[in-house]
Amino acid sequence: MEEENVLNQELVIERNDKSILGFWIYIMTDCVLFASLFATYAVLHTNTFGGPSGKNIFDLNYVFIETLVLLISSFSCGMATIAAFKNKKSMTIIFFGITILLGLTFLIMELSEFHHLALIGDSWTRSAFLSAYFTLVGTHGLHISIGIIWMIIIIGLILKKGLGPHNLRKITMVSIFWHFLDVVWIFIFSIVYLMGVIK
Amino acid sequence: MINFGFLLLGRLNLEAIPSDFVTRVGAIMVLLAPLSVAIFLTITKRWKWLYKNWLTSLDPKKIGVMYIILATIMLIRGGIDALMMRANQAISVGSSNGFLSANHYQQVFSAHGTIMIFFAAMGLMFGIINLAVPLQIGARDVAFPFLNAVSFWLFSAGAILVNLSLVIGVFSIAGWLAYPPLSELKYSPGVGVDYWIWSLQIAGIGSLLSGINFIVTILKMRTKGMNLMKMPVFVWSVLGCLSLVIFAFPILTATLALLTLDRNIGTHFFTAGGGGNAMMYVNLIWAWGHPEVYILVLPAFGIFSEIVATFSRKRLFGYTSMVVAIWAIVLLSFSVWLHHFFTMGAGADVNAFFGIMTMIIAIPTGVKIFNWLFTMFRGRIWLSSQLYWFIGFVFLFTIGGVAGVILAIPPADFELHNSLFLVAHFHTMIVSGVLFGYFAGISYWFPKIFGFKLNDYLGKIAFWCWCIGFILAFGPLYILGFMGATRRLNHYSASLGWQPLFIVAGIGVLIIALGVAVQILQIGWSIINRKIYQDKSGDPWDGRTLEWSIPSPAPKYNYATISVVDSIDQFYEDKKNKKKPSSNYEDIYLPKNTPFGLLIGLIALTFGFAFVWQIWWLVILSLIVLLITLIIRLSNQDMEYLIPAEQVKKMDLKARGIN
Repeated sequence: MEEENVLNQELVIERNDKSILGFWIYIMTDCVLFASLFATYAVLHTNTFGGPSGKNIFDLNYVFIETLVLLISSFSCGMATIAAFKNKKSMTIIFFGITILLGLTFLIMELSEFHHLALIGDSWTRSAFLSAYFTLVGTHGLHISIGIIWMIIIIGLILKKGLGPHNLRKITMVSIFWHFLDVVWIFIFSIVYLMGVIK
Repeated sequence: MINFGFLLLGRLNLEAIPSDFVTRVGAIMVLLAPLSVAIFLTITKRWKWLYKNWLTSLDPKKIGVMYIILATIMLIRGGIDALMMRANQAISVGSSNGFLSANHYQQVFSAHGTIMIFFAAMGLMFGIINLAVPLQIGARDVAFPFLNAVSFWLFSAGAILVNLSLVIGVFSIAGWLAYPPLSELKYSPGVGVDYWIWSLQIAGIGSLLSGINFIVTILKMRTKGMNLMKMPVFVWSVLGCLSLVIFAFPILTATLALLTLDRNIGTHFFTAGGGGNAMMYVNLIWAWGHPEVYILVLPAFGIFSEIVATFSRKRLFGYTSMVVAIWAIVLLSFSVWLHHFFTMGAGADVNAFFGIMTMIIAIPTGVKIFNWLFTMFRGRIWLSSQLYWFIGFVFLFTIGGVAGVILAIPPADFELHNSLFLVAHFHTMIVSGVLFGYFAGISYWFPKIFGFKLNDYLGKIAFWCWCIGFILAFGPLYILGFMGATRRLNHYSASLGWQPLFIVAGIGVLIIALGVAVQILQIGWSIINRKIYQDKSGDPWDGRTLEWSIPSPAPKYNYATISVVDSIDQFYEDKKNKKKPSSNYEDIYLPKNTPFGLLIGLIALTFGFAFVWQIWWLVILSLIVLLITLIIRLSNQDMEYLIPAEQVKKMDLKARGIN
């Protein structure tokens, strides 16, 4: 019985190892997906078709707050991972809770920006530039929503089964995912918003 | 007033059922095929057997076989489309308009291309990868067995969706790559393009997941001592192919998603108005599409490398240069996509760059051809049907390759763009390169999976049918292309004098169809006489790589004991040195069967169907069900079962015929 457990443990470690490599490769494919959308945006960002350009609609102060919220959420996600690996169950849950709240704040800010644009008639149907803008930023937002749902599920799993190797693997993955979204946002912030305001 | 009919059924209504005769026959065929299988299963009481042993299995060998069966069905479906096109072209001249209406003809050629690339070729490819890769690297399983099943069922969902379009609604008329603005809502308002989008999107995600899975398998699960430079060349070629998959398929996913947005929520990515840019679609789709060609052909190159070495009884000539050539192809394949549309008008400099890159990519391919020929040189050649496929491949592939280099010259391409010369070129590459390779691979690994060989004589007859049929079917197309015949042509003037050549091409397709019939006969005959063709040794071809060291059919755990490798053709060395297999048995963990893969495939099918017909409540419902299914499956930790070492030993000795 003892020996079987040891073997099982080895199996779990080996499987975690594979899963995390596989997840990194998945992140790379997601990178390519975003790269395609960035390329699309780069091609279409001047095709305003008589509608507004980035300079007319972007509010840098607002986006800066959005960015800060997301960066802090990444920090708290990192803290949650550290707590998980130190086997501190309640700290893990608290930090994931903070991450979820910050993620939701970010999402609500983004959606209200979208809502505002749609209200003044500058929705994605207005021009190719706005189509590309809404799709690129919206795809990031969709990823954020998936991340939030995932974290909620993980909190449920931690409450149910504690911090075993299975759950640690899932926590590692979700934190890789969340940091990745942070990096993508930095590119969105620089390429879409900053460069949009300069032009 | 709220339209309840639309809320409930979306665009779906009775008009979706085909009304013209030809489509009805097709629809009845699509319905009859699964129905007859279902009746057969009920009569022979095999539902439970099918469900327990196949549909819920996570064994890559079984998943591989299911891939190949489904891909073969799709190959036949795509082949019937080809027959219809050629028959129509042979008679639709002058005052006659053939038996297909223009609209239906467009659906047929769109379906033919889509099915052959995405569901026949890709299916055969993933089938062979599933069968051979874990065996060749000495692994007992793939890295993520459940994900593998999900990939297969997503692939199946896509395949079913394509065929469903024949029964309910219509298929796309916009060609196999659905160029906008034709594929935009304004010009294709029906469900055809949506069927195309969702069958590809679902199957494409399956391919992407499979790519991740097998890359991790190859990188993490090789047996003791097998470092990268000791892997069989087939495994190398698969690693190259799947690296392309993970870089290219996300582009397809994104492109299809953008087209979906254009068609469903009114964005302006590729529309003619609103500042959209249709040429961007063409760039994006070929940034996926050109690597896709190499995705298909690289594993075939790998198969040929195994076969040539085995049947020449000689170590592969230039192993290192083979590996370098594979990676050169992988890298270069991302820098040639623009040669599909030199006529776009990107300017002389851009066209020159892509023309030169296209010619350069022919070099590593040439290196491989010479390596194979040098392997055969002074080898002790066993002229089996597998080697027939190889020799046919070298002959035809070289012709097609030379035609490709002609097309790579931009000024020549301006003349030949979208002509039948182009059609002949890429069919030569894909049929001789990809299909011949996969056929050879299937008959090569067949005894390892099923425990008996295929009849070699019928294999050779099938080869001759394919080879001669191919030359007759596509030789005339090269000539017609020079004469100015364009692709997707459904009617031409009698004064052009093209009809005799089209008739010859039609006869060629019939001979190919005969070849397919012989292949089916070959499999049937070999199954009936499987006692005669039984492979008792586990090593029917005097093989060189690890998979031939285990009994045939390969046991579910593949390797009873872990093999140790310290040279490229380890098993061949072991035979020479009379080395006995290790008897160091250990406990083996294998994944339990699960219906969740099948379930996820069904959900994806429902989702795709609902999206095509805009049944929005069903779209949302299937997404929710998918989320719940994933949560249940992923929180389950008890996914493996154990075979104790003692039992492994017993099973192994029995399989080897000792005791």
